Amino acid sequence: MASESTTARDQDAVPDGPAEAGPSARGPRSRSTSGYLRYVAGKLAGAAVSLFAVLVTSFFLFRLIPGDPVKAMTGGRQVSSEQIRAMREEFGLDLPMWQQFTDYCGKALTGDLGTSYQFKAPVVDKISEALPATLLLTGTAFVLYTLIGIWLGSRSAWRHGRFGDRFNTAFALTLYSVPSFWLGLLLIIVLSVGIGPIPGMFPTGGMESGGESGFGYVIDVAHHLILPVITLVAVEYARTLLVMRSSLLDEMGSDYLTTARAKGLRDDEVRTKHAVPNALLPTVTLLFVNLGNTVAGAILVETVFSWPGLGGLFYQALSVPDLPLVQGLFFVFAAAVILMNTLADLIYPLLDPRVGR
Amino acid sequence: MKTDRTKPSAEAPAGETAKSAATSARSVAWARRRRAAAQFWRQYRGHRSGLAGLVILVLIAVLALAAPLITGSDAQSVTDAPGTPLEEPSGEFPLGTDQFGRNLLALLLWGARVSLTVGLLAAFLTVAIGTLVGITAGHFGGWYSTVIMRITDWFLVMPTLVLAIALATVMDKSIWTTVIAIGVTAWPTTARLVRAQTLAVESRPYIERATALGGGHRHIMGRHVLPNVMPLVLAQTTLVISQAILTEATLAFLGLGDPMIVSWGGLLQDAREAGAVSSGAWWYLAPPGLAIAVVALAFTLCGRTIESVLNPKLGVTR
Repeated sequence: MASESTTARDQDAVPDGPAEAGPSARGPRSRSTSGYLRYVAGKLAGAAVSLFAVLVTSFFLFRLIPGDPVKAMTGGRQVSSEQIRAMREEFGLDLPMWQQFTDYCGKALTGDLGTSYQFKAPVVDKISEALPATLLLTGTAFVLYTLIGIWLGSRSAWRHGRFGDRFNTAFALTLYSVPSFWLGLLLIIVLSVGIGPIPGMFPTGGMESGGESGFGYVIDVAHHLILPVITLVAVEYARTLLVMRSSLLDEMGSDYLTTARAKGLRDDEVRTKHAVPNALLPTVTLLFVNLGNTVAGAILVETVFSWPGLGGLFYQALSVPDLPLVQGLFFVFAAAVILMNTLADLIYPLLDPRVGR
Repeated sequence: MKTDRTKPSAEAPAGETAKSAATSARSVAWARRRRAAAQFWRQYRGHRSGLAGLVILVLIAVLALAAPLITGSDAQSVTDAPGTPLEEPSGEFPLGTDQFGRNLLALLLWGARVSLTVGLLAAFLTVAIGTLVGITAGHFGGWYSTVIMRITDWFLVMPTLVLAIALATVMDKSIWTTVIAIGVTAWPTTARLVRAQTLAVESRPYIERATALGGGHRHIMGRHVLPNVMPLVLAQTTLVISQAILTEATLAFLGLGDPMIVSWGGLLQDAREAGAVSSGAWWYLAPPGLAIAVVALAFTLCGRTIESVLNPKLGVTR
């Protein structure tokens, strides 16, 4: 079948498009609705397999940690062997490995990820407590670095090779090379603690000062949010900028832009109404991948700023090590990336009908 | 034909014995490679940012190699530290001292050795795994390729940093743990790139000719595909190194590095634990992070320049 072979080639050509776009967009077999549905089903099945693989990995990977979790829990206190046995039983550590595994999978399917050793509370509860803080931080940062990246990237490409473009790219690459935790620490020293003539203007960590309510609370949280968001945006926006810049440069020579200019449109109109919407397509895939990765990437920033989110929780759990909590968080981080990638795969053919034609 | 192990060459004089034809074909191949390298360097020289990156790297490499000569080999000793704890920068200690009274400038130079070594080793491991997986997946195709690429895709969606942290937690704290944690998690991007390039190379006619002459899988992959993907792999390595150095610093900062060895990330962790943040000791925190950023940036600049020399279209667009 001729159409079949074209599709196969397209599938090979498209995926590697935007840098690091992951498994990336593959075209549906045909443009009909049933074809798209089959494509969606395939993608969802793939995502389900990936999620299961993550579940398996998170179980076995962390069983490799040397040391007895019960010893870690009791923290050197004097405990009788009776108590130790009771604890082992409570957390199911006395069962053989395969039985622990089947229990774990069965419970995970019903939304139970076990009980945290150090907090003595269900892992799911701890995660859902920390989730809003992480979503607030990464969501705000995501919106900002996406807007900044697209805006600066398209301006850079439109005037490529000029001083502004070179400066923009160099500046973004420099910030991209900076370790996020170091930038966070420096911001705390300079703007929160204050050095020399600079007074401390921002809180050094946490999400709220406490004792505020209503509008005052919102202002207080926003005040705490500023430095972590600046840190995340600074180290992340380069990726969006570079992809936006290169995809707009690809569009630059196109005939439709010449047509738009020939119609007498102003330069700005040609850019914002014609070139940028077309160049946005490859960037969309990247955006979803970015969002998934930012949740995991915020671990460092949350640790440095004592932000009460998933990343901070992960750091606390690692230092014990609190196995069920580490497992659960590992699963959540990986699931975030997998879900976002799948979403990008599903949306891309709808946005760009050329894929898989 | 056993002697025909190098690529065919029109310049090889006809009528000679098979053996000398092979040697001259090889020397022709080498001459061609030298010419290619010279041309590569001419184009590379044209990129100012790439040259800047190269100069910075050479400078830092020299400083790192000369660390014992500049500072003496006992700079890391906690017991007979030369200064008092947490001194501010002065003539004697240009960058101040840490909480044990050790000279921070000396520690920074020694840290360069660790950070560079770990970065290079990890990048080498990453690229080695990626190249092996990519070439075999591209060459063999079929179910092998399908399975391998599914595994690659799966590794690609795993959050690299989280996986590296998990691995580093599970294993003993040593330099090798860091190297392995980075290498095992970072290879999929390289594998995808190399596979695509392998597919492109294998569609060329001379591969068909080599197969027809009886070239086996190892011969095709090692003699024909590998030399052709090498430039791409080189560019990729340079880019991977900067990521590896950043990841190494991150792991060390989280306390997952070797506690007995001074690295830049470890210095930052020490600084944080010594309360450098709350006491406003910016001179303790700033230099290690700056060093990480400069080295990572230099490798990125070199990598991007190599990429754009090898692929001129990329050079314009990126």
